[in-house]
Amino acid sequence: MTDAAGATPPVATEAGAAAPAAERGPGEAHRHHVHAAVGETKVHVQGLNFWYGDFNALTDITVDIKSRAVTAFIGPSGCGKSTFLRCMNRMNDLIPGTRVEGTMLLDGADIYGPGVDPVDLRRRVGMIFQQPNPFPQSIYDNVAYGPRLQGLKRKADLDAIVEESLRRANLWKEVKDILGRGGLTLSGGQQQRLCIARVLAVQPEVLLMDEPCSAIDPTSVQKIEDLMAEIKDEVTIVIVTHNMQQAARVSDFTAFFLQEVAGEPAVLVEYGRTSEIFTSPSDKRTEDYITGRFG
Amino acid sequence: MEKRIANNIAVGVLWVAAGITVAVLGAIILYVLVNGVRVLSPEFIVTRPHGVNAEGGIGPTIVSTMYVTGLAMLICAPVAVLAAVYLAEYAHQGRVVNVIRFAADSLASVPSIVMGLFGFALFVEAMGIGLSMLSAALALALLMLPIVMRATEEAIRAVPRYIRWGSYGMGATKWQTVSRVVLPAAAPRIITGIVLATGRAVGETAVVFYTMGQAINIPITPLDSGRPMTVHLYLLAVDGINLPAAYGTALLLMIMILGFNLSARWILKRYRKV
Repeated sequence: MTDAAGATPPVATEAGAAAPAAERGPGEAHRHHVHAAVGETKVHVQGLNFWYGDFNALTDITVDIKSRAVTAFIGPSGCGKSTFLRCMNRMNDLIPGTRVEGTMLLDGADIYGPGVDPVDLRRRVGMIFQQPNPFPQSIYDNVAYGPRLQGLKRKADLDAIVEESLRRANLWKEVKDILGRGGLTLSGGQQQRLCIARVLAVQPEVLLMDEPCSAIDPTSVQKIEDLMAEIKDEVTIVIVTHNMQQAARVSDFTAFFLQEVAGEPAVLVEYGRTSEIFTSPSDKRTEDYITGRFG
Repeated sequence: MEKRIANNIAVGVLWVAAGITVAVLGAIILYVLVNGVRVLSPEFIVTRPHGVNAEGGIGPTIVSTMYVTGLAMLICAPVAVLAAVYLAEYAHQGRVVNVIRFAADSLASVPSIVMGLFGFALFVEAMGIGLSMLSAALALALLMLPIVMRATEEAIRAVPRYIRWGSYGMGATKWQTVSRVVLPAAAPRIITGIVLATGRAVGETAVVFYTMGQAINIPITPLDSGRPMTVHLYLLAVDGINLPAAYGTALLLMIMILGFNLSARWILKRYRKV
């Protein structure tokens, strides 16, 4: 990564960082391996609409996800947070009958543009699911899965990636002597960290976490929150959570989604720095939700 | 009080029904065991039948049965598994897939004597392979095909969706996901299906009766004819040539099939991870 940044002319980097995100057109696609600077827009979303068949689930979502920070999506169940999350790595493509309109740019390049292969996109935008989903294989093979997909074969290289990824996922100490054991023999919280290690092994630029802590033990929740703080310098993290305290603890930015009437599309009510959203929300609905009046 | 009586009667009826099932199986096993165990010996297993009353052993028929069953499995398993992968993962779910599935189920319910006749007409006669291991194995493979295919399809569908998501979510293609995650996860059930279908083929009579011949050979090449255990058992019993040897053959057959069923259970227990 350092090499890649060094290879970029400094002028271009400064220009890119200085240019307000809104001024960057879809055509000015950044090169993939150039990471955005801290606080720069990583994912730019403008007027996004999403349909499940005839049902308009999300309407007119506009948001800029900042790089090297943690952004939390909060809101009541069924408000489209997870749907929006899955738009960002095109996992919704796997569901027949879904449709997206509007703009969604990753480093300035259209995620839904012609010629974009969702498979390549998902290599850059990794995802963690609510239900820990290790493959029924050994711990080692789980983490080595992604690198192997990309053709890495040398044992020494794989060993190094597996160890580094497990360390970053705060799991190495617990599993370093049992790497050959099945991933499913671990506890739920360990399984979730194994899944995080598995994703980190392919060095994604963005990590989407869909309620990653709702099905696991408190110790593992703590370790996952710790690792989020540790890796956010290198990875842009977006987390969907039902837990308001968690959002306040781990995130730098917060987006509040709400579906006010059942059957109507959900909207993004408010988006801003977490410190501001939680202390002085500008929208009454956000305040009501945060103070626990509904949801 | 009346409720308790009704309950006791219901339990009693269910118990009797279950008891009958077990008793029938027990009676068959006991009957074959009592009549067959006398002739069972190492010589019986390895030597050839000889003389007009087929005295001696049944060695060549055991070889023929294992030969044809193994060959049938090798022919059937790849085709059935690949077809199931296509149906479960790739085919656009709709009318065509339903028709294929219905065809497979119908194929499974074709009487084996019909399958034998068809195998004879197609492989032995039309294709000119003759009465041989290969003809019999092809016909047996037709019989096993729907069993293995449906077992594989069920196994693939039993792999949870969220495990696939884990793979897709890391930038795996569909084929990478299917070949590296789904099939390994489904393997225990798939292998169980293959083993069970193989056990079924071991006991199959009508199909091989038409397609393998009756010569008491030890088959070497796939084009050699032979006589499987089931046909040998039939020929010995139907004319009352040598009933003790028939029972001995029956006992060995049952032991082999029991072995297949037990190993299928063992594989499933030992390796099932999803």
